[in-house]
Amino acid sequence: MQVLFNSTIYAIGTIPLAIGLAIGMALLVNSRLPGTALMRLSFFMPTMLPMIAVANIWLFFYAPGIGLASQILEIFGLPSINFLGRTDTSLASMMFVAVWKEAGLFMIFYLAALQAVPTNLKDAARLEGASSGRVFLDIVLPLLRPTTIFVAVNALINAFRLVDHVIVMTEGGPNNSSSLLLYYIYEVTFRQRDFAYGATLTVLMVFTLGLLAIAQFWLLNRKAHYQ
Amino acid sequence: MKQGLDRILFSTLAIVLAAIWALPFAYSVWTAFHEEKYSANFQLSAPWTLENFIVAWQAAPFSLYFANTIILITIVLIANLVLCTLVAYAFVRYKFRWAGFLFAFIMVQLLISPEILIVENYLTLSRVGLTDTIIGIALPYLTSAFGIFLLRQTFLTVPKSLDEAAQIEGASTWRILWNVYVPLSWPVYLAYSLVSVSFHWNNFLWPLIITNSPEVRPLTVGLSVFATVDSGVEWSLVNAATLMTTAPLIIAFIIFQRQFVANFMRAGIK
Repeated sequence: MQVLFNSTIYAIGTIPLAIGLAIGMALLVNSRLPGTALMRLSFFMPTMLPMIAVANIWLFFYAPGIGLASQILEIFGLPSINFLGRTDTSLASMMFVAVWKEAGLFMIFYLAALQAVPTNLKDAARLEGASSGRVFLDIVLPLLRPTTIFVAVNALINAFRLVDHVIVMTEGGPNNSSSLLLYYIYEVTFRQRDFAYGATLTVLMVFTLGLLAIAQFWLLNRKAHYQ
Repeated sequence: MKQGLDRILFSTLAIVLAAIWALPFAYSVWTAFHEEKYSANFQLSAPWTLENFIVAWQAAPFSLYFANTIILITIVLIANLVLCTLVAYAFVRYKFRWAGFLFAFIMVQLLISPEILIVENYLTLSRVGLTDTIIGIALPYLTSAFGIFLLRQTFLTVPKSLDEAAQIEGASTWRILWNVYVPLSWPVYLAYSLVSVSFHWNNFLWPLIITNSPEVRPLTVGLSVFATVDSGVEWSLVNAATLMTTAPLIIAFIIFQRQFVANFMRAGIK
């Protein structure tokens, strides 16, 4: 049960955050600010790295005492936290890693969509005196909806599919606090050799994913405006 | 005036976000190129060194892991390109019974990827005795629902008149595929290949389960075996090994950045 709860929190926490950040990044990279090529590289780099390399990098980043995370806390005079070794922070730490890796990929899809937004629509709205915030909310965001459906479905699949970082960083611990469904299936089946239970959990997972995908598609599609 | 202020605000936001995003990676690079004693204290004057890379390369059979990964992605890529092309072509060219149902059936596999079926796939492979082989790692990925979907959508955009003209000239079905459909779709093939190579270079869970011996391990699994911190490996070595195994992808990305991003975009537009 703990595992199902973790997976739910993980999906609810990472998907909207990654999508929100991705839209923000795409807007920044798409703007006419200086240094956008460097920004794009910085945002997209984590996507290129294997999840296992990402996990090693973050393992080091989170390492108590020598990791950058605890050094930054030290600068502000805060005690260092063993992020991965505490039941109340381990799952959040995993979620942050996932957002870091995924947001850059989603940014690319939004970037493509943003470049396809017709400029005459935006110009017309500006002539009518709309602020840039309004232009974004009323024109750009509705046009991004098909992209959001695509990205959200992908993010959902990835939230269940990618557990490499859990294996490397915490092995689901401490006390199952960072264990996700697929990781749990892996542990039950290949460490405890309980194939029957593993197979049962797989069925549960396939069923859940199917339901979620249908629900998500319906929810986002219902509100879609197509031109 | 307000415009200028907005601009400064957004630039600051952009720089801060980009810096935060680059920080973990930059820290890892820093540690990999310095001696262990500098890994916890950041000093600009610290001497740069390649020592960590040399030690890490010798500490584990990384050349073997590299070879395994390259064999693996070659098998997967060739099988994917051939099989997905043939399936997509069949769906585009022929009207057959159950075509719609079969296509929907393939699309379901976009959702239920091979990772989710690790238990069943492992049981199947151990029954046929293919565990702990490179073929075993490749087998669940030899065809791809995403590839079939992408190529089908692309083949649908090929003008029917070209196909018909080729038929009138007496070209066989195979010839039409090879001389009409494939050449017109090559940007999609390129995009798909890039996505596929980076996916399989990075794949970890399935190879971890199916392999036992170092002779067949791909890079990701080799790295995880090497970099288990409990075994007392120094952080600088872990970081060096991590960078080393991902370097080909990173270098390729920096060189082909423009094409890569454009191709990722094209692959994403469904």
